[in-house]
Amino acid sequence: MTTLIDPPAPVPAAEPPGAPLLTLAGVGKRFGNQVTALEGLDMEVRRGEFLSLLGPSGCGKSTALRLIAGLAEPTSGHIAFNGERAGKASSTHPSVGFVFQEPTLMPWASVFGNVHLPLKLAGTSRREAEPAIMEALELVGLDGFRDAYPRELSGGMKMRVSIARALVTKPRLLLMDEPFAALDEITRFKLNNDLLDVWRQLNCTIVFVTHSVFESVYLSTRILVFRARPGRVAAELEIDPAQPRDEAFRTSPEYAALCRQTSTALAAAMNAG
Amino acid sequence: MLAPATHRLETSPLRWLLPLAVLGLVVLGWDLVVRLNDLPPYILPGPLRVLDTLIADRSVLLGSLMVTLRTTLVALALAAVGGAALALLFASARIVEFSLFPIAIILQVTPLIAIAPLMLIYLSTDAAVLTCAWIVAFFPILSNTTLGLNSVDANLRDLFRLSGASRLQTLRLLQLPTALPYFLGGLRIAGGLALVGAVVGEIAAGSAGQGSGLAFRIVESAYRLNIPRMFAALLLISLAGILIYAGLSLVSWLLLRRWHESALGRGN
Ligand SMILES: Nc1ncnc2c1ncn2[C@@H]1O[C@H](COP(=O)(O)OP(=O)(O)OP(=O)(O)O)[C@@H](O)[C@H]1O
Ligand SMILES: [Mg+2]
Repeated sequence: MTTLIDPPAPVPAAEPPGAPLLTLAGVGKRFGNQVTALEGLDMEVRRGEFLSLLGPSGCGKSTALRLIAGLAEPTSGHIAFNGERAGKASSTHPSVGFVFQEPTLMPWASVFGNVHLPLKLAGTSRREAEPAIMEALELVGLDGFRDAYPRELSGGMKMRVSIARALVTKPRLLLMDEPFAALDEITRFKLNNDLLDVWRQLNCTIVFVTHSVFESVYLSTRILVFRARPGRVAAELEIDPAQPRDEAFRTSPEYAALCRQTSTALAAAMNAG
Repeated sequence: MLAPATHRLETSPLRWLLPLAVLGLVVLGWDLVVRLNDLPPYILPGPLRVLDTLIADRSVLLGSLMVTLRTTLVALALAAVGGAALALLFASARIVEFSLFPIAIILQVTPLIAIAPLMLIYLSTDAAVLTCAWIVAFFPILSNTTLGLNSVDANLRDLFRLSGASRLQTLRLLQLPTALPYFLGGLRIAGGLALVGAVVGEIAAGSAGQGSGLAFRIVESAYRLNIPRMFAALLLISLAGILIYAGLSLVSWLLLRRWHESALGRGN
């Protein structure tokens, strides 16, 4: 539509990191007439950041993520994408990867077939897609299970397949809804580090929903603490992006201090509700 | 405690032996009743007498079996194609579903035996019998497939939308595989019903038709008081039903064994 007249949008790399990619202004979302999931939500997603949404259960984090993805329309307020009013999903959105709160795999397809899906829908054949698929599977440590069916996998393995599927398109914007909640601590730590690697390699933007204060502090460059009923942002914390994220950081006093600070903000948000 | 016991029963040969033993006892009881009361064959033939008749009249009876089986299978195939096609139409436009579904229900709830005589007025006997079988087989396939097409996981649908899937891709890669187990379930019900429909059609046609299906043989034998042959024909109808059910179960298992819960062995 407008792209026919306007000059093409600038290539992502030309944009400075930290420029807003997406702005939600006074966004509200109601289901039916009773449930108000979000109200007056103001937030932005900045290019290249690792943003965590932290908050109690039922405060509207998943709803916010779906709005950002363009999978649902706000009932009030608006979402501007890169300065433009967002229309339908896909038209103004960059390539988006989405990891749902549940694994959401196709039971009739193998692990390989499931990870292939986004590329297949874009018209890439099995053969052409194979290197990218295997790379994504290796990243989540499931390359040995390419021919297994979802029913043969544990809950955590299914979730990792779901993550591989989101990564396989090398998206510019990665939206993840509590992707590691079902995993054991060791796998979780490993995938935390792998995710940080992916984030740096792809140079993408990540919006990450979590319940875990520790996880959010370890991963994020910015944390938004949500409060419930109605869902909105209660507090914001920034963490120096230059800070290396490794085992040393996990055991450092700075990390402990940041976690304490975040916990306090979360507790305040929960009491406010 | 219950689960392991059930599991052991599922896999042990008892699962097959027990029903066979019960069946054997019933046949034995039947035989005893006939022998002890000295019943003549035109009242109640014994099992051996029925078997003799089956062998003696095999050319007539097996020919009839083939006729009934063919009618049933043709009706089932037409119902599968028609039911699935209409379900797809329903899924693509709700307005079609609202307009046509009530008619399908009326067709379903009206007893077939009441429609059959009408059918025989307007159609040739063969076509009428086929239509009877088709009508009853059609509905379970239509309603099951419609249910299946509407049962797509909401998140998967979102994922397809997010990946820019076309309508056709969503249909082929998401809706059809989701609906497949439902369709196959409907097909299994429809298989049994198609046989019932064919039998009802043949009986309604009765001696009017030159039809030579198994149910026609039953009516014919009843007129001639050939009770052993009635039993033999009945036996073959049961056998046809079992064959159809087993065949459809096999198809279902072959298509779903890799992934669907219904086709998976438990606990291994
Ligand atoms: N499709 C829906 N229909 C009706 N109400 C909904 C729907 N989706 C979410 N809600 C309601 O909106 C509120 C926020 O839900 P949401 O799933 O966004 O919470 P959440 O923060 O992701 O919670 P959790 O951490 O438990 O996943 C809840 O009160 C929920 O009941
Ligand atoms: Mg959620």
